[in-house]
Amino acid sequence: MDTKSIMIVGVGGQGTLLASKLLGAALIKKGYDVKVSEVHGMSQRGGSVVTYVKYGDKVYSPIVQKGEADLLLSFEQLEAARWLEHLKVGGTLITNTQKIDPIPVIIGTETYPENVLEEINKSGANVISLDALSLAVEAGSPKAVNVVLIGVLAKKTDISYEDWIDALKSTVPEKFLELNLKAFDLGYNY
Amino acid sequence: MKKLLIGNEAVARGFYEAGLRVASSYPGTPSTEVTEFIAKYDEIYSEWAPNEKVAMEVALGASISGARSFCAMKHVGLNVAADPLFTASYTGVNAGMVVVVADDPGMHSSQNEQDSRHYAKASKTMMLEPSDSQECYDYAKLALELSEKFDTPVILRLTTRVAHSRSLVDIAEREERELLPYTKDPMKNVMMPGMAIKKHVIVEDRILKQTEWAETADINTVEYNDKKIGVICAGITYQYAKEALGDKASYLKLGCVYPLPVELIKNFAAECDKVYVLEQLDPYIEEHCKANGINVIGKEAFTLQGEYSQKLISKVILGEEKENYTADVNVPARPPVLCAGCPHRGLYYALKKLGVYVSGDIGCYTLGALKPLGMLDTCICMGASVSALHGRNKADASNAKKSVAVIGDSTFMHSGVTGLIDIAYNQSNSTVIILDNSITGMTGHQDNPTTGKTIKGDPTTAVSLEMLAKAVGIDRVRVVDPYNLKECEDVIREELEADEPSVVISRRPCALLKYVKHSAPLKIDEEKCVGCKMCMKIGCPAISFKDGKSKIDFTQCVGCKVCSQLCKFDAITEG
Repeated sequence: MDTKSIMIVGVGGQGTLLASKLLGAALIKKGYDVKVSEVHGMSQRGGSVVTYVKYGDKVYSPIVQKGEADLLLSFEQLEAARWLEHLKVGGTLITNTQKIDPIPVIIGTETYPENVLEEINKSGANVISLDALSLAVEAGSPKAVNVVLIGVLAKKTDISYEDWIDALKSTVPEKFLELNLKAFDLGYNY
Repeated sequence: MKKLLIGNEAVARGFYEAGLRVASSYPGTPSTEVTEFIAKYDEIYSEWAPNEKVAMEVALGASISGARSFCAMKHVGLNVAADPLFTASYTGVNAGMVVVVADDPGMHSSQNEQDSRHYAKASKTMMLEPSDSQECYDYAKLALELSEKFDTPVILRLTTRVAHSRSLVDIAEREERELLPYTKDPMKNVMMPGMAIKKHVIVEDRILKQTEWAETADINTVEYNDKKIGVICAGITYQYAKEALGDKASYLKLGCVYPLPVELIKNFAAECDKVYVLEQLDPYIEEHCKANGINVIGKEAFTLQGEYSQKLISKVILGEEKENYTADVNVPARPPVLCAGCPHRGLYYALKKLGVYVSGDIGCYTLGALKPLGMLDTCICMGASVSALHGRNKADASNAKKSVAVIGDSTFMHSGVTGLIDIAYNQSNSTVIILDNSITGMTGHQDNPTTGKTIKGDPTTAVSLEMLAKAVGIDRVRVVDPYNLKECEDVIREELEADEPSVVISRRPCALLKYVKHSAPLKIDEEKCVGCKMCMKIGCPAISFKDGKSKIDFTQCVGCKVCSQLCKFDAITEG
């Protein structure tokens, strides 16, 4: 199988790393060669965070460049726009509609652009946008937003529902499992 | 058993299985996790040292005493440890010793982009460079063996993408190794001129033997495909090249980057029509090729700056670029910020009100350079805040009344204290502020000599910053709470006015530490808020401004009340 590339982007603190951890666990089980790449350090402090997940028979480069991502999962609108160029022609963007102001917007030196989703849609890319935060609240906690989004992504991968649930069970702490299973299903069935 | 490991964990696993016994490091992105993972193995003694020089000396001492050992650091840490490195190359080892150094091309989390391969050549120390996690694991083991085989420390060079990418590693069990016997041997281990002159001859001979080894080593591999294009690569650039070029090129992959083979490269180049050297940062392999009369294309087609990628290689060598989508959106940058509740914020605001020159340093608090605080005048290297302030105040003594240095607790232990000794000894009227947040923050919460805990979380003695400052000769030592803006401003003003050097310790633990109890989030009383934006001046990510009023994000706010001290209308209330 040719290498597939997934990019997960968001804002530091949104829980994007759990998504790549789950993906990695599920993909190894399927016997794929897998590479997951993330940059630590500065990105943890409210900055833009990017994780790459690649899998196939044999994966070489751990990073994803412009025009290469089969799937782009964004936890935040602006980040979807920032990384849209990385989406492969014919690939799919899944984005949360949540907005988080970056510091230049907070202090008023820049403005949060309007019509971000409209402009992204105009690009011609396949776009799935959803209010994952509301679904997370419905599942029981706004913190489960990452698992809702993973659920949406899951449906677009070569991994079965059962394998995803196994990965979730082996990664998420017992006491949060019920909440996360609910959040995953809300995303998966979106 | 195959496991998905980041490169740093794979290095740790390799060391563990190879019977390593002693580890000493100073944290530094992207190298930190090697030692964090080693600390999970109880069979290995591990520690955070005060700085990289100490770490390397600990590792060397352990090696001379018969224990396999390593030290890890980021590229700039190797500058600090360069002194022992150059002479360890002369003494050689007893049990294997490895220096792990992680470079950061693209500067994801660094103040410069230096290429550590020059250190291998300059110190005449063998250097290996893995390209994925399996190789991190294999080369960690091999490096210990080569260290013993050639009687030399061996450097294992990582780059950010190798250190922080996960890929599959086939792991095994640990093989215990007894301590090797120590025999007193001043000709080998006491480096005075008489001995060192003889050792230098041995070092040069060692390089010849290592070069001979490199000509046929298993980790220097040739893969012939289409011979119109040949590429010479090492580390991550091999992975980029394979992805970009596939079977359209032939490959010479160098796992050993010092010393470099000559004949192997010559023979490969002779087989290929056009040969490219793919290496990030400096033309290190390229210069070796050209010095040996091998015709290669290198930096003239690529770049000295930032990272390489499959995209760059594909564009330069094949002239191909991928199509993509674009959206007409002006996307504002999203830089990292001091966290909500960060104790540095209040201190910086006090400095802003005082309008002082700030000699800065390396850590989370470097983020105080960004708007809206914008408080740093300089940031150079670990410890430089203190000594550069001394220099400034010696250049013009009147500077002392309006200049401070800021330095974190861990950074002060690393190399700030020597600058403070200079201030006391040579009497500049300097004001040094130690931002004591009880942890090494930026690298992800490592303990240090001031925290009272070891790398394994066990209780230990803690350096008293107050007593240390007094012991080096600073009589004026004050402690402030950075959540108390007025106290910070008043105390720092007094210390600036005093006619002798002072240390102000701004003490409050990092808001992200698990044991720190947060207060309830604050709220804006919309009736009282007049929209003056005073609370926005501290750049707290929990505060935003919409429809003429400030808003507080309850998911981020930890109730530190720094913002409420700025509000003249009492509009910020407790939840």
